[in-house]
Amino acid sequence: MKKFLAVLHARNMEFLRDRSALVWNLAMPFLLVVGLAFTFSGSNKEIYKIGIVGGIDTLSRAAPALQATRHILYVPYDDLDIAIDKVRHHQMDMLIDVSGTPKYWINSSSPNGYLLERIVWGTEGHQFQRQAVEGAEIRYVDWFLPGILGMNMMFSCLFGVGFVIVRYRKNGFLKRLKATPLGAFQFLFAQLISRLLLIMIITTVVYSGCNLFIGFNMQGSYWVLLLVTTLGATCMISIGLLIAARTASEEFAGGILNTVTWPMMLLSGAWFSLEGTHAWVQQLAQIFPLTHMIAATRAIMNEGATLSQVMPHVWVITAMSVFFLALGAYVFKWE
Amino acid sequence: MNPVISATDLVKHYPGVVAVAGISLAIPKGICFGLLGPNGAGKTTTIEMLEGIHLPTSGTVLYKGEPLGARYREEVGIQFQHTALQEFLTVRETLELFERLYHHTIPIPELIELCALADILNRDTRKLSGGQRQRLLLALALINDPELIFLDEPTTGLDPQARRNFWDLVTLVKSRNKTIVLTTHYMEEAYALCDEIAIMDKGRIVSQGTPAQLLSEHFGDVVLQIPKNDAGSKLFELGLSVAETADFVEIRTSRLHHTLQLLLENGTNLDRLHIRSWTLEDLFINVTGKSLTS
Repeated sequence: MKKFLAVLHARNMEFLRDRSALVWNLAMPFLLVVGLAFTFSGSNKEIYKIGIVGGIDTLSRAAPALQATRHILYVPYDDLDIAIDKVRHHQMDMLIDVSGTPKYWINSSSPNGYLLERIVWGTEGHQFQRQAVEGAEIRYVDWFLPGILGMNMMFSCLFGVGFVIVRYRKNGFLKRLKATPLGAFQFLFAQLISRLLLIMIITTVVYSGCNLFIGFNMQGSYWVLLLVTTLGATCMISIGLLIAARTASEEFAGGILNTVTWPMMLLSGAWFSLEGTHAWVQQLAQIFPLTHMIAATRAIMNEGATLSQVMPHVWVITAMSVFFLALGAYVFKWE
Repeated sequence: MNPVISATDLVKHYPGVVAVAGISLAIPKGICFGLLGPNGAGKTTTIEMLEGIHLPTSGTVLYKGEPLGARYREEVGIQFQHTALQEFLTVRETLELFERLYHHTIPIPELIELCALADILNRDTRKLSGGQRQRLLLALALINDPELIFLDEPTTGLDPQARRNFWDLVTLVKSRNKTIVLTTHYMEEAYALCDEIAIMDKGRIVSQGTPAQLLSEHFGDVVLQIPKNDAGSKLFELGLSVAETADFVEIRTSRLHHTLQLLLENGTNLDRLHIRSWTLEDLFINVTGKSLTS
């Protein structure tokens, strides 16, 4: 018992005296709880999702009884075509356009669409023109796959690179390399390429293996998918390099990595769609490379998006990669 | 002769600590220069400023008359006191990794022979003994055929046999006209390997020169050791400089012939007399007031 207590005390003192790690260990769960509570605050009891083109205010004037009906979530859209696509793929139960002659769209094969149509008739009569669209439902697995692969890439890139470099610094290997003509950028670039090759091979194997059994939906080009995922992985490795650029504390690095990965995991749309969350949450999600990678891969795989259609995401990820890699190389210290 | 490396007024401050308080030195080509000092004397900080690993707070370091730069990285070899290596690599793979980091290198087979690595080439570097590991680290320090080699306490923690083997290796390297800067805790190591030494204490060089020169400067006498049982009580009345240790009576004298004659006339039994000359350990204690291992 005496030995146990001695070791326990020593470890506790080590932990408590590593101030940076201590602060992160306290701050991270606190921020997580507050962030999640705020993000998902509200009644959270909506059963149906209706897309609105033309504004919620217009709807409340045109169809006050429907608008007053509880348990319906209204999601505003500016682009009618995008909104119709959502109905086509069962991502939205109904779409109402109140910008001109009131119309609504439902998917003929959607049970929720059928029920909502009854609700509209019951509350507002037949004043809305009915428009039907056809389209198979995107299976949850097809929607979920880009998210799960993206998350796996994120963890491998951030922790795989970040922790390794911190360990190299802590055990003196970086100091040994500093004594050679090797430059910081050469070292970091080698780490980036090494991890990139590894993660792309692993992701390809996982995708191909699962595809044999599940048969994923793939409407677009595999080359475009490869480009987007490669850029996404590069960006997240660059973030790992930046986080590991100076610290020699694995616990501190772990705290920072968790602080980066948890919000990305929850807010990038990997697990669930952010439609219906606070507008600022949706804006915040745009700063995460994983958000852009998942959005682009979903568009390629499920909607057959071309390179030019996902270019906005590609540009954002590329710019982030260049920025994080350059900053990481600039602030990098061997010791 | 122009020095291979020189330092002028090197100072290094850390928050609340002056690690190095103004050091100047010039090391000529082809010698082994020893930097000695007790723990905390500032020798590792000094050597790491000379290596270019740390920047001095003030002062300059010149390699062949030029500030340290890309050329220095190509031409210097360093064996750190504490170094980790890339894990899961064999000795051969580690040598190949470092070989690729330099433009000019020694052929690996030559290096393997020089550092006696042939038997452990395919061994995981994590499974090397202390001596094997130090031989590998020396090989890595030599891989770029450096003109200047830094060895920071290379034999600390090695058993006497491994330490002696390492000395032979360093002597072999020295014979190739390389310049070596060595820090060590072991005085016999400094005596065996170094052509010139500097003793540091509290961030400064307190004594510098060849070992023989320093010993003759600091000690003009010898010590006669006589077992206590052989020393009669009259010995203390002869006006000699006498001190007692646990087992011996020690007499310091600069007039050996005269003292021996006096002892014989006094009837002192000299059958088990031992004449001890001064060592670097004595010099070290004399100039720093500390034992090396304190």
